[in-house]
Amino acid sequence: MSLLRLLRSLALAAAACCAGAAQAADITVSVASSLTNALRDIAPLFEAAHPGTKVRLNGGASGALLAQIAKGAPADVFVSADQETMEQAQAQGLVRAMQRRNLVSNTLVVVVPVNASRTPAALADLARPGYSRVAIGLPASVPAGRYARAALEAANLWALIEPKMIAAHNVRQALDYVARAEVDAGFVYATDAVLAPDKVKVAMTVATTQPILYPIATLAGAPNPVEAGRFVDFLFTPPAQAVLARHGFGKP
Amino acid sequence: MHAPDGAWVALALTLKVAGWATAINLLLGVAAGHALARWRFPGRELVDAALTLPMVMPPTVLGYYLLVLIGSQGTLGQWLLQHFGIRLIFTWQAAVIAATIVAFPLVFKAARAAFENVDPQLEDAARTLGVSEWAVFFRVSLPLAWRGILAGLLLSFARALGEFGATLMVAGSIAGQTQTLSIAIYEAVQAGQDDTANFLVLLSSMVCVAVLLSAGRLVPGRIMARG
Repeated sequence: MSLLRLLRSLALAAAACCAGAAQAADITVSVASSLTNALRDIAPLFEAAHPGTKVRLNGGASGALLAQIAKGAPADVFVSADQETMEQAQAQGLVRAMQRRNLVSNTLVVVVPVNASRTPAALADLARPGYSRVAIGLPASVPAGRYARAALEAANLWALIEPKMIAAHNVRQALDYVARAEVDAGFVYATDAVLAPDKVKVAMTVATTQPILYPIATLAGAPNPVEAGRFVDFLFTPPAQAVLARHGFGKP
Repeated sequence: MHAPDGAWVALALTLKVAGWATAINLLLGVAAGHALARWRFPGRELVDAALTLPMVMPPTVLGYYLLVLIGSQGTLGQWLLQHFGIRLIFTWQAAVIAATIVAFPLVFKAARAAFENVDPQLEDAARTLGVSEWAVFFRVSLPLAWRGILAGLLLSFARALGEFGATLMVAGSIAGQTQTLSIAIYEAVQAGQDDTANFLVLLSSMVCVAVLLSAGRLVPGRIMARG
């Protein structure tokens, strides 16, 4: 009898687990780390406007998200923090290129711990001995790191700063390293810097070699292409745009 | 297939970190295991549970505790920085600390069980012959418990080789300095560099097989099966 009861509760638990798994109407959005918080605020607005559809956010470095999608991760929408990653996705036939649009713009900044004794006034200052550790996203998979490397290369400083580089697996990790004062400075987006105003301060805005624009597209293998398209459209409506602006993102 | 840049450096670093962690655990694990096997005191099982905790706790939880403790804003980290100018985060020593703590329970548990299996009468017999407590330990208890301890050490070496979560949090991923094989694999997969990932995964698997095979040689008989 007790065995029967145990089996019944196990079956119930299994059913509950299945109910928690992706439903037909759910959409999965693979989103660049820097945009995760903003989309987390927008998701409930979309869900309220489209009852029955749940938005699941998968945040990470744009390059890492692309690697997941290329291996068949069942995502519906992809938002990258740079054009290059989206170009790669497009070249591999992973996105619906026709629906590709630029969602927001951002700026790259250098942040230092809030209690730092010195603040760099120019990129060249980071090459000085006073700065021994600089957090930079891995250029191979993190767009913020790629923008930082390009800016440093343009200033002929990359060779000097690369040995000081503490690699971060996404831009938020770079922010965390600065917030914990484990590094002397770090390259993050302006929108990341405002997330930890009590821990980091912005030393300077970095002039990037190309504008920082976040492209968005639905995926060719989207399990739920209809709702995916609706979600992308929703991001360009005034309520969603207001949230993006509140998080500090600019118009593309 | 030829080795991607830095593969051998990552392998050497992995072996160095796991080797140090195992050497430290040989001292700490044997000392703790012997103490708990021989001394009876209130709360003994509580101490045992606390020392076993790193094995059951998620490595990221452990990594976070370590970051809070030895980070440059942490209690211990601040003290080290002020008095010795030592910064542990992002160094290979931090990776050793993480691997040591994660793998410690494997040595400690094996050592405690091994010492408890040593017949106390043999130790008492040595004492009646007038030898010191140190001599009893090194000439009677340790030799009799050695096989069990060795099995624990090999398991802890294997565990340290594969450590990822806590290591990434406290040591970061600096090529040639703190980037162990596990972390190099993670990074290659993140960047979509499948060739690099494939090579490193193969290398890692071969190292594990080599460890298991040499374990079979070092520890003859049924010890490995008994764990």
